[in-house]
Amino acid sequence: MKYLDEYRDPVLARRLLAELRTVATSPWAIMEVCGGQTHTLVRQGIDELLPAGIRMIHGPGCPVCVTPLETIDKAVAIAARPDVVFTSYGDMLRVPGTSGDLLGVKARGGDVRVVYTPLDAVRIARENPERQVVFFAVGFETTAPANAMAVLHAAETGLRNFSVLVSHVLVPPAMTAILDAPDNQVQAFLAAGHVCAVMGWTEYEPIAARYRVPIVITGFEPLDLLEGIVLAVRQLETGRATVENQYVRAVRRAGNTAAQDVVRRVFRVTERTWRGIGPIPASGLALTAEFAGFDAESRFATDGVRTAEHPDCIAGRILRGTAVPTDCAAYGTRCTPRTPLGAPMVSAEGTCAAFHHAGRRQSTVEAAR
Amino acid sequence: MTTIDPARTTCPVPATETERVLLGHGSGGQLMAELLSEVVTAQLGEPGPLEDAALVGVGDTDLVFSTDGFVVTPRFFPGGDIGSLAVYGTVNDLAMRGARPVALALAYLLEEGLPLAELREITASVARAAHECGVRVVTGDTKVVGRGAADGCYLTTTGIGVRLRGAFPSATRGEPGDIVLLSGPIGAHGTAIMSAREGLGFESEIRSDSRPLHGLVAAMITAGGPDVHALRDPTRGGLASALNELAEASGVTVEIDEIGLPVPPQVASACELLGLDPLHVANEGCLVAFVAASSADAVLAAMRNHPAGRQAQAIGVVGEAGGLAKVTARTLVGSTRVVDMLVGEQLPRIC
Repeated sequence: MKYLDEYRDPVLARRLLAELRTVATSPWAIMEVCGGQTHTLVRQGIDELLPAGIRMIHGPGCPVCVTPLETIDKAVAIAARPDVVFTSYGDMLRVPGTSGDLLGVKARGGDVRVVYTPLDAVRIARENPERQVVFFAVGFETTAPANAMAVLHAAETGLRNFSVLVSHVLVPPAMTAILDAPDNQVQAFLAAGHVCAVMGWTEYEPIAARYRVPIVITGFEPLDLLEGIVLAVRQLETGRATVENQYVRAVRRAGNTAAQDVVRRVFRVTERTWRGIGPIPASGLALTAEFAGFDAESRFATDGVRTAEHPDCIAGRILRGTAVPTDCAAYGTRCTPRTPLGAPMVSAEGTCAAFHHAGRRQSTVEAAR
Repeated sequence: MTTIDPARTTCPVPATETERVLLGHGSGGQLMAELLSEVVTAQLGEPGPLEDAALVGVGDTDLVFSTDGFVVTPRFFPGGDIGSLAVYGTVNDLAMRGARPVALALAYLLEEGLPLAELREITASVARAAHECGVRVVTGDTKVVGRGAADGCYLTTTGIGVRLRGAFPSATRGEPGDIVLLSGPIGAHGTAIMSAREGLGFESEIRSDSRPLHGLVAAMITAGGPDVHALRDPTRGGLASALNELAEASGVTVEIDEIGLPVPPQVASACELLGLDPLHVANEGCLVAFVAASSADAVLAAMRNHPAGRQAQAIGVVGEAGGLAKVTARTLVGSTRVVDMLVGEQLPRIC
């Protein structure tokens, strides 16, 4: 299949692994930012075949995982309203909030629908003028343009029964927050290819320079990741720290400027709380004043929502890359994809779920050590 | 500089819905297995390993007995419709116990307002499919419920078959050393339904693989007899769930080779787009078999000689129980991963 098979060639994969073994002479810790990359690494077992000393740290790039509990609780409260059709991408439905998840709301009679594009939510709003249609606008820079388009579309057609619950987050501020943390172990990044397809990489250049950290924009197929790791290790071994583009088939330095324009028109940069990490300044998107009328949070009073966190799960450390799922006492026992304690166990791109789906168990990891 | 507050690095109390039926309970994965053991078999008695169909001895004859409900939406989809699916589904469940299908009972559950033209079309499809399979629809039932109490038309088929001579396939008979045979490409039915249902507007035409498999099974039994140890058609929950169920019931492990798995390019593309694993996607026209190594070549040749098994291939081997998981796959980089059952509903991912 064009654009897939050629990035899954087993012979080339083994060749890249061999190349990595000759290039790597010192131990290095590299963070793959995006959950999609974590999924490929773990599913293919790439991280287990890396030369001794090369360690992959799994980053916070799963939008489902970092959406704050408070926002999930607001979504659950809004979705439970009888006048609301609540629309969302599929994997937000199972993220546990304080008092349940969106699938539970659906089972109890709430009108919760999976959509594949926010424009479907706009269509549902147009077809159901007597209902309030809310779209759960989550994700990184990747999903922001389409979500912005949906708001623009609703505004242009005068749709009064459409609104968005916004919890957009931005990658670069999360990377600097990780680098600034006192217990940071990350020495190089594989940046998220799809985010860069939209945003380009100019905003990563100051990070690479200031923190002396190599940043390799990397795709999501097995060969992409192996090549990204080789490029990062080459930089680390030679003391370079620049932004390099492995994902040349999708990413240009300037990114997709038309998409950026739409995002800038509809959204403004704001502080956001990241689940498991905490508030990070200028790390998210909120609606601009012009489009504030489409904000579901102000349309539906959600102030009464009380959120409660529980001390057991170590999702925060996992999202910052200072722990792996198998370090968690609850992993695989009290916390499974069936009964997730935390968001990283829910989304296929969550680190805990990626580990669990690939059958990583405490005992396997110990045996490997 | 941003500081990270360790007090915020926590996770919530689990609040997963446990007291209501969820859609995921019907997805053929772990949730359904829990529902069956906690609610159904807990009260109806443990029927032994869960097979696609039951053997019922009557005099000298072994009857095979199975029932299945059909709620597919949309009712007409590329490659089939609810009528033919209801026939093939039960015929295939009978075939997985080595049976020649003999007769079907058909129950309609109809919603007030369903166009009669549609009901005629569905019934014509039932008739065509039954004729094709050589079974007769001999009894049935019709119920109508008020508008909104059902979604158009549901069908239930119950089938009786007679066990073929020399056929002893059972989910429990897999043995270490068996070869795992797959009759054809996977993932077509689930992706065809999903693209029709969600209106994804794929340019490509993915057609359901819905078809009867009893002829293929008969050919396999002729070639391998009792060496055909276990058969399953990987419907809901996909190949991953079928392999896990067989491994569980037989007390063995299975290792498959992911590189060689037959996933049609269009199915692979759709799965990439939707964030689905082809191993978890439903099929309606292929089967997976555990066959003794000594007969595997002959059975595979017989499968390839049958129209429903032209693309049959060996995909793995059965191993001793123990180890970390029931089903594992060799990945393309040469690593190994666990192939787990689907947990609940398939949820398409965000990006």
